[in-house]
Amino acid sequence: MPNPVVSSIAELRERVQRLEGAKGRARTVLPFGLPEVDSRLPGGGLALGCLHEVAGGGNGAVDGAAAALFAAGVAARTRGKVLWCVTRQDLFAPALAQAGLLPGRVIFVEAGDEKALLACMEEGLRHGGLGAVVAEVARLSMTASRRLQLAAEGSGTIGIAVRRWRRPTEVADFGQPTASVTRWRVSVLPSAPLPVPGVGRSRWLLELIRCRAGESADFEVEACDATGRIALPSEVADGSPQTEIGRRRASA
Amino acid sequence: MLAADLAALRAGLRVGMPVTKAQALVPGLIVQDADPLADAEGLERLALWALQRISPIVAADPPDGLVIDTTGADHLHGGEAAMLTGMVQRFAASGVEARAAIADSWGAAHACARFSRRLTLIIPPGESETALCDLPIAALRLDPGLVASLRTLGFERIGELVSQPRAPLALRFGPEIGRRLDQAMAIMAEPIDPIRAPDIVEVRRAFPEPIGAAETIARYVGKLVMALCEELERRGLGARRLDLLFQRVDNARQALRVGTALPVRDVRRLTRLLCDQIETVDPGFGIEVMTLAATLAEPLFAKQTISSLVEEPEADVSDLVDTLANRVGERSLYRFAPVASDVPERSVARVPALAPEDGSTWHGDWPRPPRLLPRPELIETMALLPDHPPVWFTWRGIRRRVRRADGPERLFEEWWKRDAELTAVRDYFRVEDDGGERYWIFRAGDGEDPETGSHRWYLHGLFG
Repeated sequence: MPNPVVSSIAELRERVQRLEGAKGRARTVLPFGLPEVDSRLPGGGLALGCLHEVAGGGNGAVDGAAAALFAAGVAARTRGKVLWCVTRQDLFAPALAQAGLLPGRVIFVEAGDEKALLACMEEGLRHGGLGAVVAEVARLSMTASRRLQLAAEGSGTIGIAVRRWRRPTEVADFGQPTASVTRWRVSVLPSAPLPVPGVGRSRWLLELIRCRAGESADFEVEACDATGRIALPSEVADGSPQTEIGRRRASA
Repeated sequence: MLAADLAALRAGLRVGMPVTKAQALVPGLIVQDADPLADAEGLERLALWALQRISPIVAADPPDGLVIDTTGADHLHGGEAAMLTGMVQRFAASGVEARAAIADSWGAAHACARFSRRLTLIIPPGESETALCDLPIAALRLDPGLVASLRTLGFERIGELVSQPRAPLALRFGPEIGRRLDQAMAIMAEPIDPIRAPDIVEVRRAFPEPIGAAETIARYVGKLVMALCEELERRGLGARRLDLLFQRVDNARQALRVGTALPVRDVRRLTRLLCDQIETVDPGFGIEVMTLAATLAEPLFAKQTISSLVEEPEADVSDLVDTLANRVGERSLYRFAPVASDVPERSVARVPALAPEDGSTWHGDWPRPPRLLPRPELIETMALLPDHPPVWFTWRGIRRRVRRADGPERLFEEWWKRDAELTAVRDYFRVEDDGGERYWIFRAGDGEDPETGSHRWYLHGLFG
């Protein structure tokens, strides 16, 4: 006999999903491939056809380097071309290629101002033929983000807003509500220790600040590899460090 | 003598000089008979070139000029200043010495282009009058006889003429002077009759009742595009550039121009591109005639697509690229392509968004920073020479202790480019500070030989 509490929760979930308007289409997700992270996200991964927000922590809120790499890693694992909208271009394409996003796949748009930038992003999301649309944007109002979210829902393209501000004082803007489905903050951590002098694989503190139909969480992860996948540091991941090293070598 | 270029002017020759005098001044001068017909034809060819490249409303302004209405076309060329310099440079490359000016009216631009000292000149809106006042009256496009008689009366500059009461002037010289002055000051409209190429694909629609509402215009744009596409299909062409000209009831002309990255004959796509820009059209009291022309068309043949049952074909994004390019300008839409260069800032090139892909990428395993500063910034450091990373460095007023470092990665600059790079060397380090922030810094020079660089340290990029 089914538990009445479980069945009523399932029924409630169904009703909420109907209210949210998934429009009968099964929502597909893009898993990170890390059970620890994926289990925290509804559906087991980053939802496609949705808007996600990423910002850097500390100085990263202004330079947006780690956030851009994280977004590149997600975009690299989608299929099709990627539209990357900026207002000032300071991305170094070889770094994106090292995160798995090859130069032939990324089309850059340099918009004159943020308004034009959001219009370009919306156009890209509506098109439907792109794998992902990334935009580096400072201000994102509720109205603008809802437009983007609706555009993404209509086409099934994943939209990533890399929030990046001109001054550290403007970062408080990140607390304002938007219609995005998840909100991440990527802060740099000291890199993986090596037995010899040198800088190991970069590590990030990945904070899931907000997640619709999910709870916030934070993870310590290793930065994107050549295929855009993040990894868990060996002392956190399951199994002994030795097998972890072997697995990493095999994937390199 | 009818014309003299810069070299001739330097040799002391002037327009209007008898040929015998010129021959006496410059021994061995080659004299060619004037051929006004061929000149007019050449001017026409130039006008056609400008029509295809610069703006939809272009006309020859004989004997020696072109007039272009650049309203709504400048942003596609990166602004007015960039458009003018680009135009003059391209003319110079093909051996034509040109000067250009942008002003509120045809008359003012005509005067400034011919009588100002500068190669390119932009008169801000509303300042034509102040710009014109200092120019000689010959700049007004008046009959030479009229100019001579005005000179006899002591008028030299346009400013003097403007301040005079009109009536006595009109009584003595007729209405011509007042008309030209008003045209130059943009008080009187002077529509440009645009040149049309003879073999251009063009469809036209005249309305018995003038139209003005955006929805009505959009509906007729759809009909015009359909007619144009039928004609294009018959000729096996696809449009690369479309011009939509509106003739208003007050005889003013407005134009829209859209471009595509690849030849297109798709009715829906072209209609969409044109309708995106309808809001920029000011219908005034109504539009009488709409003309749609494929100013630039290229062959487009039906091609068979290879279908594979296993792999889904990658979606076509050329329509999105066109929409965005018409909105933000073609230059603002690009891809990066690898260039075989060790110098980081030279290792990327911008290519058009739809340039053919070859799947190439950058080689080398050294990590590269996702953010590259526009130019390396000088930092203060303390480092052991020759090949140790700094112990600490100060960037933008903040001192950071270096916890871990990787390097040096030695890059040789390109001796074949400049003499200064003959021996120049950069030693790049990837450093991490206490907080885990990672930076890409380099030392100019190898740490031993002062020939190879200044041995100062710079910060060039930020790692995530």
